[in-house]
Amino acid sequence: MEFFIQQVVAGLTSGAIYACVALGLVMIYVSTDHINFAQGEMAMFATYLAWAMIDAGLPYWVAFALTILIAFAGGLFIQRVILKPFETAPVLSLVVCFIALLSFFNALAGMIWSYTIKQFPTPFPAKDLFGGGLVSIQQMGVVAVTLMMLGILTIFFRYTTLGLAMRAAAQNPASARLMGVRVSWMLALGWGLAAAIGAVAGMLVAPIVFLDPNMMTGILVYGFAGALVGGIGNPMGAVAGGFIVGVLENLVGSYLIGNELKLTFALMIVIGVLLLKPAGLFGRVIVKRV
Amino acid sequence: MAAQTNSWATRGGPGIGTLLFWLAAALLPVIGLIHPNTSFDYYMFLGQAMLINAIAILGLNLLIGFNGQISLGHSAFFALGAYASAILMNFAGWPYWTTIPIAAVVCFGAGFLFGFPALKLEGHYLALATFTLAIAVPQLLKYKLIAPWTGGVGGLILDKPDPPESLPLSADQYLYYFCLIVAMLCFWLVRNLLRGRNGRAMMAIRDHGLAAAAMGIDTARYKTLTFGISAGITGIAGALSAITVAFVAPDSFTLQLSVSFLVGLVVGGIASLPGCLIGGVFVVLIQNSSQSISDWMKVTFSLRYDVPAWAIYGVLLILLMYFMPRGIMGGIEEIWGRMTGKKEERT
Repeated sequence: MEFFIQQVVAGLTSGAIYACVALGLVMIYVSTDHINFAQGEMAMFATYLAWAMIDAGLPYWVAFALTILIAFAGGLFIQRVILKPFETAPVLSLVVCFIALLSFFNALAGMIWSYTIKQFPTPFPAKDLFGGGLVSIQQMGVVAVTLMMLGILTIFFRYTTLGLAMRAAAQNPASARLMGVRVSWMLALGWGLAAAIGAVAGMLVAPIVFLDPNMMTGILVYGFAGALVGGIGNPMGAVAGGFIVGVLENLVGSYLIGNELKLTFALMIVIGVLLLKPAGLFGRVIVKRV
Repeated sequence: MAAQTNSWATRGGPGIGTLLFWLAAALLPVIGLIHPNTSFDYYMFLGQAMLINAIAILGLNLLIGFNGQISLGHSAFFALGAYASAILMNFAGWPYWTTIPIAAVVCFGAGFLFGFPALKLEGHYLALATFTLAIAVPQLLKYKLIAPWTGGVGGLILDKPDPPESLPLSADQYLYYFCLIVAMLCFWLVRNLLRGRNGRAMMAIRDHGLAAAAMGIDTARYKTLTFGISAGITGIAGALSAITVAFVAPDSFTLQLSVSFLVGLVVGGIASLPGCLIGGVFVVLIQNSSQSISDWMKVTFSLRYDVPAWAIYGVLLILLMYFMPRGIMGGIEEIWGRMTGKKEERT
């Protein structure tokens, strides 16, 4: 039983990280209808920036905040400069662009910081929360940060004018434009937010898996799975999906298939959800008029 | 994708350029016979790699360029072909050339089966599913239950086939010819496929799926079949790579392999058969000379860091999408059209 609880807690911890990645994917999906394959590598790159700042002597939380700001600006920049001309381009061009960004960031990180594995500091003390080795403060911290981020985003989208404008631009661009919303900038804002959320995910996961240019590849796949399970158009759903996938992954890994097939399990989830319930658990079914 | 039927695919008879190209490719090893050179075998090895990449890109192009289905998971089918060939050679002792049709059939089956879920997925979702496939495959190949056959993390080391004694060729020259013959067969097959009613049906589905269905085309059947054929051709390329490199290992079939096929496809030209050859040559050239490109860039732009091939790929892909969305072959056709004053055929 204790082993089971430990696995569930570990699953919730990794689930929190998948939830962050999924949240970033959803940000871009709801504002532009695109699935961003470079989400993981953008997060990884931001984490390296944070590492470089901490290495240069900045305190952890200063580096944390600065990284989020830089990531936000970077996401904005990518949308404005690189993706703007492709707003009406066919899907293939966009997928190629995302893959290009993925390769580029991966190579750039390897080029600047080399492929050797680095240790990333954690702000949480390495102590148990209640004693008995069940739940560590580190694990709870990761979950808390994720939930806090979800709370902030919910408040932002529900109670601020800017959040309302972003939702309007995503749901009905034409009407939003007529109401004076600058739709194109709202998309850019979506990218900025996604990059910032990704940066948080990267900084949370780096102490656990260690920092290297390929650290986000597997996590991105789980983020996809989480976003799909929860419904890729729904932030709350994506977070729930991330947690579900995290717990499932750990339980299936430790009881059924072992750790070696975890990525195959993610593949199964992705294909299964896309086939059986493409809208996800909490998503709305979208009917397209032809 | 721009609704364009490539004039190349629908024109009657092989063009003079095509014949000249294959003739030139067939004559290349003769240089080595006239001027024996120790490093020539290495160039022949690069030639094999170029042909293999061209075949893999051909498979991908059939799916993306001519049928409009996006796949980022073709490294998986490449791996399947390579492993099918390697296992047959290593454990069943089959001669190397007999493994190629088997690899093609196995990959066709796998691709056909993957085509069924792919039917329900479009655009971004299909890209997502195949992306996941590409990432899952290396881990799957290392799985301990199948490790007795796949060799696990270490992979399988094979024997490089010897040329028949009656031929005055070195092993690499012989394998080059072997790859060349397989490549010609594949291109001939795809070309004929595209020029018939099946090919037109594929392209009709790409241009407007609903209209194609209304015209009586069984879109589900054509999409799954195209997925199967595409995977089969890429599987042939995988089998050839297992034979020529004489080594297979899980970590050579990562997402990066899929990306390099995609790079070749975009550079050569989407929906262009000669473009596949250009793409194959290009990918191998960049990978092979990335060190010298990196050195050159370090000196020219006084950079402090090495520039890896993947950074070059990334920048190149975006630039191409901006300035030459139809790749090198598209550019050539445009220039040729301007010179001869012919307007491009557009449907």
